[in-house]
Amino acid sequence: MREDNAEAIHAMADLIDPEEDKGAKSESWLKPHRVVLLLLAALMVALMAFNMRWDWLPLYWKEMLGGLWVTLALLVGSSILGFAMAVPLGLAQVSGPAPLAWAARGFCTVIRGTPLLLQLWLLYYGLGSLFPQIPWIRGSFIWPYLREAWPYALASLTISFAGYEGEVMRGALAGVPKGELEAGRAYGMSRFTVLRRIWLPRAIQRALPTLNGEIVLQLKATPLVATITVIDLYAVISDVRQDTYIIYEPLLFLAFIYLCLTGLLVAGFRHLENRIPTRGV
Amino acid sequence: MGPLELLAFSPPGWGGVLLRALLTSLEVAAGGYLMGLLIGVGGAFGKLYGGPILRDLLEAYTTIIRAVPELVLIVLVYYAGTDLLNRLMAALGYARLDVSGMAAGIAVIGLVQGAYSTEVLRGAIKAVPSGQIETARAYGMPPFLLVRRITLPAMLPHAIPGLANLWLIATKDTALLAVVGFTELTLATRQAGGATREYMLFFCAAGLLYLMVSLVSNVVIALIERRARRGMPGFSS
Repeated sequence: MREDNAEAIHAMADLIDPEEDKGAKSESWLKPHRVVLLLLAALMVALMAFNMRWDWLPLYWKEMLGGLWVTLALLVGSSILGFAMAVPLGLAQVSGPAPLAWAARGFCTVIRGTPLLLQLWLLYYGLGSLFPQIPWIRGSFIWPYLREAWPYALASLTISFAGYEGEVMRGALAGVPKGELEAGRAYGMSRFTVLRRIWLPRAIQRALPTLNGEIVLQLKATPLVATITVIDLYAVISDVRQDTYIIYEPLLFLAFIYLCLTGLLVAGFRHLENRIPTRGV
Repeated sequence: MGPLELLAFSPPGWGGVLLRALLTSLEVAAGGYLMGLLIGVGGAFGKLYGGPILRDLLEAYTTIIRAVPELVLIVLVYYAGTDLLNRLMAALGYARLDVSGMAAGIAVIGLVQGAYSTEVLRGAIKAVPSGQIETARAYGMPPFLLVRRITLPAMLPHAIPGLANLWLIATKDTALLAVVGFTELTLATRQAGGATREYMLFFCAAGLLYLMVSLVSNVVIALIERRARRGMPGFSS
């Protein structure tokens, strides 16, 4: 009976202050059962370290660093370019003329409705087989780049990021209170100044937490570029597997690296979020 | 051959091949989604009401699965999973199992989806006001009936947007099975393109098929959502 009461009180405390259990979590993270679980995990890792083959690791570290660089360059490049595309996509949907709004909405729907792998192969195999048939492209300065794989990888990652982030920006732009924009106009700001000084900064503040999640998704999408012969981290590890006939170790190592990268991204964005969005609000 | 002949249903055209591959994709997506849902229901209840050890193990499962790229997980489970299974069979003295691509694909998509549905369902269950569950308990409702009558219907409106997203992700994640050589829509499309050198035509056709799937799904989801929300205060659609 008393226990039931205690439970009910706890439930009420949850209702009144939902943050309460968060505080409790940070108070005592290390509990006896966690120590046991961690020891078991350490034992497993030790068993893996001794029973598995890791002799390939020192032989390939240079290639792996190169692959990591390609992965990160694609991630950063496509995120920045994609975000630059997402802002006009969101703007067109919120306040553009009807045909532009329709085009932007259609673009986002198509990108979100088809798999990235298909888009990647469409660009690489499809466009890649069309370009050589167009004479003025063969003569232009971009032709040498079009014969490599990475521009197609960057382009399709960028387009896909823009499609997802365009929707986010649409919501964020629409969510800025109209009064703030009207206040800017009342102060005599031009439409463009209102956009630059008020609308965009407020919308980006709103979009930032979602951006975090989108960039993690983008990181997890990068290994697909290995299927069109871009040598990223995943491709290097695939090569290791083919060269050495080792099944598990390289893939487990790869999963571990991505786990670390995701953790770093999430922690970095949490740090950013705590500082930037509250500035001046 | 013109585009219509290339997309014809009978053998010189590739339309029939693409449609069959689409069906395979949908079967894998549906199987993986259902398996993920089962894992998700178990995982969500385990995370909310389980003991500390079960909770930590589930936390590790969802964190790892959601942090590692789907492609890496698919390759890992597809090759390592079948290899481990065969080693287990050999250790037990059975013959090698020939794991079909379909079964392996469903298992892989299901494992990935399970982590996401666990989080979606956990959030949805937490969104149900605890007073409703306590009232049912106070009326003496047994746990299973409580889940069926109160928790599940009350959490559905909160869970449906997330679950709908997961279904759309599942239909697109099946494309990743192309990388391990499982003939679903994307790989079939590439084969058709390679055989005829008409990559653009076939990839656009496949893109349209995927788009149709997600548009039709959206309509169905909207209907389900409206039904789940009937009589719910605070949900205006």
